[in-house]
Amino acid sequence: MKEFKILAVIVALVGITYYGIEPYAHHVMHPEVAPADFTFKDLKNVDTSLVGNVENGKVLVEANCIACHSIESVGHPQVMPNADAAASYGVVPPDLSGAGWIYDKNYLANFIYDPVSAMKLQHKFTPESGKAFPMPSYNWMSAQEIMDIVAYLQSVAPTAKSGTESHKKTFEAACGRCHSMAYAGLESTTPIDTIKTYMGATPPDLSQYIKSRGEHYLYSFINDPQVLLPGTAMPRTGLNKKAQEEVIAYMEEIGDRKKAERESLGIWVMIYTLIFAILAYLWKRKIWSEVH
Amino acid sequence: MAEFKKADSMLEWFDQRLGVVNFAKVMMTEYWIPKNINFLWAMGVLLSVLFTFLVVSGIFLLMYYKPDVNMAFDSVNYTIMQEVAYGWLFRHIHAVGASVVFLVIYIHMFTGIYYGSYKKGREMIWISGMLLFVLFSAEGFSGYMLPWGQMSYWAAYVITEIFGGIPVIGDELVVWIRGNFYVSDATLTRFFMLHVLLIPLLIIGAIVLHFYALRFPHVNNEAGEFFDFDEEAEKYKAGDKKGSKVVPFWPVFLSKDFFVLGFFMLFFFYLVFFHYGFAMDAINFDKADGLKTPAHIYPEWYFLWSYEVLRGFFFEIGGISGKDLGLIAFGIANAVFFFMPWLDRSPMVKPANQRPYFKYWFWFMMVDLIVLTVYGKLPPTGANAWVGFASSLTFLTLFAALPFITKAEAKKVGGK
Repeated sequence: MKEFKILAVIVALVGITYYGIEPYAHHVMHPEVAPADFTFKDLKNVDTSLVGNVENGKVLVEANCIACHSIESVGHPQVMPNADAAASYGVVPPDLSGAGWIYDKNYLANFIYDPVSAMKLQHKFTPESGKAFPMPSYNWMSAQEIMDIVAYLQSVAPTAKSGTESHKKTFEAACGRCHSMAYAGLESTTPIDTIKTYMGATPPDLSQYIKSRGEHYLYSFINDPQVLLPGTAMPRTGLNKKAQEEVIAYMEEIGDRKKAERESLGIWVMIYTLIFAILAYLWKRKIWSEVH
Repeated sequence: MAEFKKADSMLEWFDQRLGVVNFAKVMMTEYWIPKNINFLWAMGVLLSVLFTFLVVSGIFLLMYYKPDVNMAFDSVNYTIMQEVAYGWLFRHIHAVGASVVFLVIYIHMFTGIYYGSYKKGREMIWISGMLLFVLFSAEGFSGYMLPWGQMSYWAAYVITEIFGGIPVIGDELVVWIRGNFYVSDATLTRFFMLHVLLIPLLIIGAIVLHFYALRFPHVNNEAGEFFDFDEEAEKYKAGDKKGSKVVPFWPVFLSKDFFVLGFFMLFFFYLVFFHYGFAMDAINFDKADGLKTPAHIYPEWYFLWSYEVLRGFFFEIGGISGKDLGLIAFGIANAVFFFMPWLDRSPMVKPANQRPYFKYWFWFMMVDLIVLTVYGKLPPTGANAWVGFASSLTFLTLFAALPFITKAEAKKVGGK
């Protein structure tokens, strides 16, 4: 009984200390932020209730987008190699094959209308800075026309699949033009020197971000970088919930590759240790019965 | 040369040459431990096992680790964690083991303080134990640098910088320790040497000294009772096992330790597999970058109390800058526990709760150390800075008051 009391005191002291240096300190150093908003409700320039016309969207896309963007899935190839594209625009323009599914509809429509405000990069592309975002605003288009483009992009997008390969594709489309992932052998499609000039600093390699930032942080950060890192040059990418979860899943598959092995082995080691502990207890009882 | 008769058994063969029968008696079956003990007396064995875990996992890590600023980070986080079969397991055992070893050291240390196991002949046990604490601290600190993450780098930067505060030789000393003007490849390589060679050798030496120091004054017991070990041992050997106040190290004492060890290991492996974040700081998964200071720099949890004493003094008092005061306080904090046997001037060897004044001192100290530890991690701004100052001052005051408190206690109990 007395030993249980001693144990209780130790558990209490260790527990209080642990609470102070882990959950409490974490809460002080990383205050909670607004929850991720996958409807991007701050973007209101385009009436997204309009039903888009796919046929008209196709015409508009071919007239306005494919001079810079490839859409490999419908046979519009890249206009020039990555290095040349990066040199021309600062960053490689995205292939639009998957745009209809990885981006939220409201975000995509508002992005076409005005990319800089959708990305929340007004602080970077100011008139005084002399910098301009390589894609022009299509705010001269009617809301109907923009929704036609969105409808077309959604119609050509592949249906979502699951599994590492599909997670990887989503990651490459969403992050891979700027970020490398060395532990997966992925290099940013925009050459490092070019992207450094374009962004002001080399975007970090994301191999270990699942560990250094953690899922919770990434979940808020990817949704809206400005919330956690005000002033960052990283754009809000407008991923929908599913695409963002795939990106994070991929980061975990690469950054914490042994998670499944760790968790299954952990159970067995615990069972083994429990058996050891029980046997040790029985042996102790036997031995001490002779001396007490 | 002595005549050797032909041995009848393998045991006899070895006994003739190495005296193994006697050796086993001295070390195990006739090494006497008090019977009146609780599970806190198992911490020494727990520490021995944890140290073994650290050495073995360390040897496996050593086979793949690269002590070079360009390769260290990936050799740990990619090669060991992802490529090598079960490399992640060895790293987790090593990292969690390093953290948990300090938890058990602290329990062991405060058990010693609580039961007064550092005085009346047990001074060398205490001093060799404190020496182990210092060596483990150096081992923990040097090891933390090796993965070459952001916290590795900046903790190394901040801690080596502390030596710059030493008068006259400070600046040169920092350069000498780092092997460069800043924390660099030379720093990493020498801390690697310290971590895998010099300090482990010293630790093994100090463990031997610590065990040896136990032999003459013997292990303390739960009541702080002094008795004649030889007499009690004779009683035990004569068959009065129940009446004797001692038990042999093997199998009686160790059977209890294995039982405690079993449940402790359950806790340990839970941490290793499912809850290791406290021992592997997230920030350290960013590669070291000397141009990018992390928003919060803090040491591992087991250094937080002394780190808080260091930064608790943040303003000038009596013409001495806060930085120097903090450094002096930090120096005292790291050395003062060595002097416990002489600061405690009461001859009473009893559990703290049976000592009229010391019990208050003990629990006050525990609370203060927890406050220091918690505030050692929080950003030192606003009210936090003042809590840090007050708790640092309390820490020093408690030690300054200890001789007087215990002297008064000795008077009250009349030298008992």
